This record gives sequence, C-alpha cells and structure tokens, in this order.
Amino acid sequence: MTTTLTEIKHLPTLALLVCCEYLAIFKKTVAMHEVFLCRVAAHPILRKDLNFHVFLEYNQDLSVRGKNKKEKLEDFFKNMVKSADGVIVSGVKDVDDFFEHERTFLVEYHNRVKDASAKSDKMTRSHKNVADDYNRIGSSLYALGTQDSTDICKFFLKVSELFDKTRKIEARVSADEDLKLSDLLKYYLRESQAAKDLLYRRSRSLVDYENANKALDKARAKNKDVLQAETTQQICCQKFEKISESAKQELIDFKTRRVAAFRKNLVELAELELKHAKVTDNF
Amino acid sequence: MEIADRISFLYIFCLFAMKECCNSCYMLHMATGSSNFFLFFWFFFWKQSSPSSPEPASLPAEDLSTNSNGPKPSEIMLDGDREDLFAEATEEVSLDSPERDPILSPETTPAVTPVTPTALIAPRMESKSVTAPVIFDRSREEIEEEANGDLFDIEINVSDPEKVGDGMNAYMAYRVTTKTSLSIFHKNEFSVKRRFSDFLGLHSKLATKYMHIGYIVPPAPEKSIVGMTKVKVGKEDSSSTEFVEKRRAALERYLQRTVKHPTLLQDPDLRQFLESSELPRAVNTQALSGAGILRMVNKAADAVNKMTIKMNESDAWFEEKQQQFENLDQQLRKLHASVEALVCHRKELSANTAAFAKSAAMLGNSEDHTALSRALSQLAEVEEKIDQLHQEQAFADFYVFSELLGDYIRLIAAVKGVFDHRMKCWQKWQDAQVTLQKKREAEAKLQLANKPDKLQQAKDEIKEEIEEWETKVQQGEKDFEQISKTIRKEVGRFEKERVKDFKTVIIEYLESLVQTQQQLIKYWEAFLPEAKAIA
Repeated sequence: MTTTLTEIKHLPTLALLVCCEYLAIFKKTVAMHEVFLCRVAAHPILRKDLNFHVFLEYNQDLSVRGKNKKEKLEDFFKNMVKSADGVIVSGVKDVDDFFEHERTFLVEYHNRVKDASAKSDKMTRSHKNVADDYNRIGSSLYALGTQDSTDICKFFLKVSELFDKTRKIEARVSADEDLKLSDLLKYYLRESQAAKDLLYRRSRSLVDYENANKALDKARAKNKDVLQAETTQQICCQKFEKISESAKQELIDFKTRRVAAFRKNLVELAELELKHAKVTDNF
Repeated sequence: MEIADRISFLYIFCLFAMKECCNSCYMLHMATGSSNFFLFFWFFFWKQSSPSSPEPASLPAEDLSTNSNGPKPSEIMLDGDREDLFAEATEEVSLDSPERDPILSPETTPAVTPVTPTALIAPRMESKSVTAPVIFDRSREEIEEEANGDLFDIEINVSDPEKVGDGMNAYMAYRVTTKTSLSIFHKNEFSVKRRFSDFLGLHSKLATKYMHIGYIVPPAPEKSIVGMTKVKVGKEDSSSTEFVEKRRAALERYLQRTVKHPTLLQDPDLRQFLESSELPRAVNTQALSGAGILRMVNKAADAVNKMTIKMNESDAWFEEKQQQFENLDQQLRKLHASVEALVCHRKELSANTAAFAKSAAMLGNSEDHTALSRALSQLAEVEEKIDQLHQEQAFADFYVFSELLGDYIRLIAAVKGVFDHRMKCWQKWQDAQVTLQKKREAEAKLQLANKPDKLQQAKDEIKEEIEEWETKVQQGEKDFEQISKTIRKEVGRFEKERVKDFKTVIIEYLESLVQTQQQLIKYWEAFLPEAKAIA
C-alpha cells in the first residue's frame, strides 16, 4: 500500500524528469549540427554550393536517400585502398616545410585527441553512474523515512530530498561535461582526421606529379608520346599547386578555428561547472 | 613477478587453512575419543603446516588434563574469579552455550617486529582518526545530557596496527588506548596491545553471558581469511593497507559501542580486556576449531527450532517490534548496497579523471598554439585536483556512511537473536508446564492404582518430582518475564542510539559533500581566467 502511494506522489516529477532528460539529449545532438552548418557557411567556397543552398532554403521535406548496401560496400573498399595508399604516400618527403611540419603535427595531434576523447567519455560515464547512485540512495532513504516510526523519519525524508536534488545537479554536470568537453574532443578527432585526409590527397597529387615528371622524362628520352606526357604533367602540376594552396589556407583556418572552439567550450565548461557547484553549495 | 606473488599467496592461504583444519581435527579426535583416524590427520596437518609452531605442542598438555571424554560444559576448569561468575550466570542454560572450552595459558609472545610501514598507514589514519573521536565527542556530550545522569566518561581509541611475527604465525596487533575517569578502572589512562582474535574472544564471552537474558551485545567485526592471508604474506600494496585500516576503524567502533552499554561496561571481562597487559589467547574463535564446529551445529539446530516453535504471543508490542526490525533490516540492506555502489563508482570516476588529466596534459604538449597549450595544461591540472577530491570523497562515503550501515545491519541481527532467545525461554517454560502436567496425571493415576505396598514410595517420589517441576515452572515464568522486561528496555535504548548515530553520521557525510563542492568552485574559478585568456 505504501509503495503505491509513494509512486503516485512521484508521478508528476517523473514526467518532468523525463522531459528534462529528453531536452538535454536533444540539446546535445543538435549542438553538433549547428557547428557543422556554421562551418560550412563560413567556408568561402563551400558556402556557394548549390546543395547547401537547397538544404537551407527548401521549405518541404528533402528526400535524402541513405546509402544502400552496394554503396556502403564501395565505401568500405575505397577506405581500404585509401589507407594502404596512405602508407605508401606518407613515405614521400615533402618539399614544403610548412606541409611537412603540419603533417607531423597532425598525426601526433590526432592520436592525442583520440586518447583524450576516449578518456573524457569514460569520465563522463562515471559521473553519470555516480548521479544514478545518488538517485537510488535518495529513494532508499525515502522508503526508510516513510517506514520509520521514530522522529528520525522526517530527517530521512529531508535527506532523501537533498539527494534527489544533488542527483539532478550531478546528472546535469555530467551532461554538460559531455557536451562541452567530450563532444569538442570528438569533433576535433574527426576534424583532424579530415585534415589528415586532406594532406593525404595532397601527397597523392604530389606523387602523381612526380610520377608524371618521371614519365615525361622517360618519354622525352624515348621521344614517344611526349605531348601526352607533357599535358599529363601540366595537369598534375596544376592540380598539385592548386591543392597545395587551398590546403595551406585550410590548415591555417583549421588552427584558428580549433583555437577559437576550444576557447569557447572550455570557458563555457568552467562557467557551467561553477554555476552547478554554487547551486549545490546553496543547499 | 605477478605470478610468483600469486603462487606464494595461494601457498600461504593453503597453509593457513590447513592449520585451522589441524586444530579442528585435534578437537574432533578428543571429542570422539575413539579412533586414531583423526589423530592421524591431526599429525599430518601439523607436520604440513608449521614445523616450528608451538601451539599444537601445547594443546595436548592442556586438554589431556581436563577431558577424557570430550568437553562437557559443566566440568570445565576456569581460572580464578571467573569461575564464580560463570557458575551463577549460566546455571539455567545448559543447552545453548558451547563456548566454554579450555582457555589456554598465555603463550609467550613472539618477537615483535614492526615490519609494516606505519608511515604508509599513518597519513590515512591521521585523516580518519581525526574524524572518529569527533563522532565520539559529539555523542559523548549528548549522553552526558541524558536524564539518567550517569556520568559516562570513557573514551577508547584503537590505533597503531603493527605486524607481529612472521609467515604463518604473523598477526596484526592493535593498540587499545582508554581514557576514563570511572572508578571501576584502576587507572585514568592506559593502553594495551590486542589482536583481532582477542576482540572476537571478548565478544563471545559477553554474548554467552548476556544474550540469553535479553541484552543486545554489539557484534564484533567479521573475520576475513583472504584479508588476513594478505597481511601474513606481507604484501604491502594499497589493498592490504586499506584492509588493515578498515579493520582498525571497525574495531574502534565496536569497542565504543560496547562501552556505551551501561550493563556491559560493568562486566569484568570487558575490564580485563581493556586493562590487563596479558590476555589468554582465545583459540576457540577460530572458524574451524572445535568451538567453531559446535557453534555451527547449534546454529543449524536453532534454525530448525525456530521453524517448529509456534509462540503464542501475548504481547503485541513484541510482534510489532519484530516486524519493524524486519522492515528496517531490509531497508538498510538496500541502502547499504546503493552506498557501496556509490563508493565503487566514485573510485572509478576518480581513476578516469586522473587518466583524462594525463591525456589532456599530453594534448596540451602537442598543441603548438601557446595560449591554448597553456590552457590545456591548466585544464589537466584542474582535473587532477578534482580527481584527488573525488578520492577523498570516496573515502568519506565509505568510512562514514557505508560502514555505519554495515554495523547496523549486524546489530539488527543481534537484536533478532535476542528475540529468539526470548522465544526459547518461553519454550522452556512451556515444556516445564507440560512435564508438570504429565507428572500430575501420573500422580492421579497412582492414586487410583491398586498396589498399596508400592504405592506410598511411588507417591512420595511423584510428590517430589511435582514439587521440583512446580519450581521449574515458576522459574521459567519469572525468567520469561525478566527477559521480556530487559528486551523492552534494551530495544528502547537501541532505538535512541540508532537515531543519534544516524543523525550524526549523515550530517557529517553531508558536510563532506558540501566541502567537496566548495573546493570544486575554487578550482574552476581559478581555471576560468586561463580559458578566457586564449587569444
């Protein structure tokens, strides 16, 4: 009898609780979407893309077809080829110091970000576990309070309330941590991966260029297909220079963006932690 | 190296277990008195376990002098003044106290070698022994305010765990310091060295004397073969120091709770435990010793009895209280499980935070933008400090909250035991009544019988028996009333104590939570300007 009464009493707050949790999850998922769209919009070339405009402006439902099995398999093979190729290409020493430096930096950074992201995930999960425990303790104390006959029962009820509140705060702290820190790190994990891919593409084009050069020399030596080799070489050269230029720009942008994003998130993280700690303190 | 450690641990564990088996085999041999079977096994185990231990050698000398047919409770010779106490306190109870085995003469203590680094234990103890007297001080004040007005002035500390001896015979000795102004003690301040089995011996003596008349005797901390084996092996990692610290705190709480009980405080055994520098070794507390096996058999018999006794409860108060205690027990167990989970998760959180701090530091190192790099290393530092905080909080969680709950769960088991004793007492009374009835019927039959020559003799016999049983019935009734009264008083006292304990402990725990939060504020406030400074 008593258990059903306590359940009923908790019901409105339960609905509220579920609401809050849903909002928290929603906020988290959407934040990354926002970052992505802002990034695309800020990019001088990508912002002019037609697909992007359609995405932003079209009133009705976009029918986006997900990748079917065949395309997924293609993707998988492409990835394998790419990673194998990447190993080959990475052996080539770069002429440009800037890119060389960037490459070593990126490789190391990528690994470290991966590590930090994993650890931060674990930390957030532990935090959530602690919040859950608070919840259970709060409900046990509540049961103790209702069943006890001495004057300690009021005390127990109060303490259980306190635990409830603390739990909410802890849950929010862990959610915020997740949002600011873990997500940031995850995002930069993928960004650095993308940057690495860019460098790879550039190296690939460099290798192609060098191969084209060698082919041209060979053709000139043999005096066969010289014109074709020349055109190939010209194309490769152009491609390479173009990619180098845009890559340089991109990488510099990457750095600035990264710095700004970290700053924003770390500041927000600190402020939120402070806010929550102060609230708990006020109890 | 890991494997070698584990193997040596297992080896010592086996030796330890074999030693226990050795003792129990010897006891069994003496109990059966017949076959050489057990004697052979005893010999075998003895040779296996410790070629240089003095204990088995002393056992034959002592036991042969006192028993030839196995231990009989009423024939045990005890030393000195305790004989009288036992005699008067236990004359009615011939059924349920098996723990009066021969108490050995004190063996020469082996050389004391303070091998364990007390430095390792000291820092943690400092933080914890500060809190323990704090709890006690508050409750002491409250006790002094109590209406019965007895000046309760005794303070007990358990400290300085020291490893004594080596290998299989090693044990931890704790220093028990008492400060008091009560007149029953000879001095105002004194301290003695005791080992864990001494505490268990004290508890079993008190339980024998007081449980069956209705007093709630606080239970002693539990045995742990795994933990003790670790200590014996000499493993000095954090888990064994944690184990020692946990045990020390538990022993301190046990003694404090025991002396708070006004009746138990007057007990001479307790006094001897606290005062005398040499205490006879309580061998019968070993799990597989003769006493241990008898204990187990009795426990099984009790359980069966409980199911068959249908008590006609005339007093609704008892039924209500029993139900209450059942509920409380369940609730406390649930809460205890949740708090243990919290401790575990918080330890995890602390470990993960530390890992993250290191990772963030590395990230800061590889970052080439200077301000960001500095901010990241600051973040790493903050997280490290937070990790320390979490660790301390986990300690508080455990020592303050979780152990209290564990203690109370065991206390409630003791309370239930007391209720069971009352039931047994009632049963005895009822049995006496039934027997009296039968004797009266026999007398009536004899009246109607037709054999005059034997009649007078038989009638006289029956009359004597009837008188005897009448007194027994009266005694049974008196006992039952006495035990009911005592239990009522005890339960009232227990409830008061419980309320006080819980309030103090929970308030202390909440204070620790608040403190953690305040520290967190400080750390994040320090970090914020750094984060803002990233250009």
